[in-house]
Amino acid sequence: MSGSAPVDGAVGPEGDTRFEYLLRLGDNALVLGHRLSEWCGRGPVLEEDIALANTALDLIGGAQMWLGYAAEVEGSGRSADDLAFLRDVWDFRNLLLVERPNGDFGHTMMRQFLFDAFHVPLLGALSGSADPRIAEIAEKASKEARYHLERSAETVVALGDGTEESHARMQAALDALWPYAGEMLRADAVDEAIAAAGLGADPATLAPGWERTVRATLDEATLAVPEGDFAHTGGKSGARHSEHLGPMLAQMQWLQRAYPGASW
Amino acid sequence: MTRPSTDTVWEWLDAVPDPEIPVISVVDLGIVRGVAWRGETLEVAVTPTYSGCPATSVIALDIETALRDRGIADVAVTRQLSPAWTTDWLSEKGRAKLEDYGIAPPRPAGGPERCPLCHGVDLHRISRFGSTPCKAQWRCADCLEPFDYFKCL
Repeated sequence: MSGSAPVDGAVGPEGDTRFEYLLRLGDNALVLGHRLSEWCGRGPVLEEDIALANTALDLIGGAQMWLGYAAEVEGSGRSADDLAFLRDVWDFRNLLLVERPNGDFGHTMMRQFLFDAFHVPLLGALSGSADPRIAEIAEKASKEARYHLERSAETVVALGDGTEESHARMQAALDALWPYAGEMLRADAVDEAIAAAGLGADPATLAPGWERTVRATLDEATLAVPEGDFAHTGGKSGARHSEHLGPMLAQMQWLQRAYPGASW
Repeated sequence: MTRPSTDTVWEWLDAVPDPEIPVISVVDLGIVRGVAWRGETLEVAVTPTYSGCPATSVIALDIETALRDRGIADVAVTRQLSPAWTTDWLSEKGRAKLEDYGIAPPRPAGGPERCPLCHGVDLHRISRFGSTPCKAQWRCADCLEPFDYFKCL
């Protein structure tokens, strides 16, 4: 794969589009899963620590399946591990939202909620994909994602409608993360090509459902939905990842980089 | 050696314990989805409980080892993703064993029916997650003991 970043929404030939799309699905799960794993041993209470690690585990399991299939589609002999550990920032196709640093616990849960509210309808739609491999992975992952959403929504409500301090922190988290939500919901050329082929979902069709879930939950959490629809983009196209992804990958990949082929 | 029937193989697999919850077998758990001979190869289809469950690879290895110990040289454990595993596939025997072991079996209502220790019904959830991906933590207000609940999936 070339190391140069494509322009926003660039599409290659057919097989490349499917590879590109599978990388998006796999990288979202991988990067968010790794972010959550950074909490391991540092959660505010034991139960939350365990919950974050369990959610991370589900996501990394999903990443293994998506990236494994991506590697097959690419057909150049790479494995899921090669894709996870041996690509650089510009080859990652995750949303900017999931690479945002953890911040405090409330910030992490707000990021999780905004993503879960999108992930659930996305996986639901992908369960009906014309590609049976995509459909079966989505069916598996969607059961887990529904559980994640129940918990993240519940936590957002508990903290938003909690103490003055927790409310202020959740509002700050929402305000900070809001500009990163738009990228999930806007289709680019890859999304459109995949949707047209019946392989995946056009994110624009998922936007109304996302908005209903998010508004209802934020309302219950007594949080104010930020105004404006400005959205940072460039994560899923790989064109403009933020400065936060590189350090995360350095941490995640150092062992394979320092000791190529190491295993246990 | 004569080739054992698939019924016999199912019986053997019912003696392979789940590595995390050793009181139930991999058959009780409902993750063995098929046993078939293809030529001289015995194929066993296994479905993961949770996609990231670290026990999945251990289970495949345990199944292979158990069958080799029975004298079957050519074993292929394959992964079957669809239909996705559901706790509805837990056997009745498995559910009873779980409760005896102190883990409340899953219920579609989304919570345990009674405390597996004292059978009390005044139950409170501590956390949606527990020590393995398949469990949540609950507490009984009667005996005041915390216990694991096998999540309904």
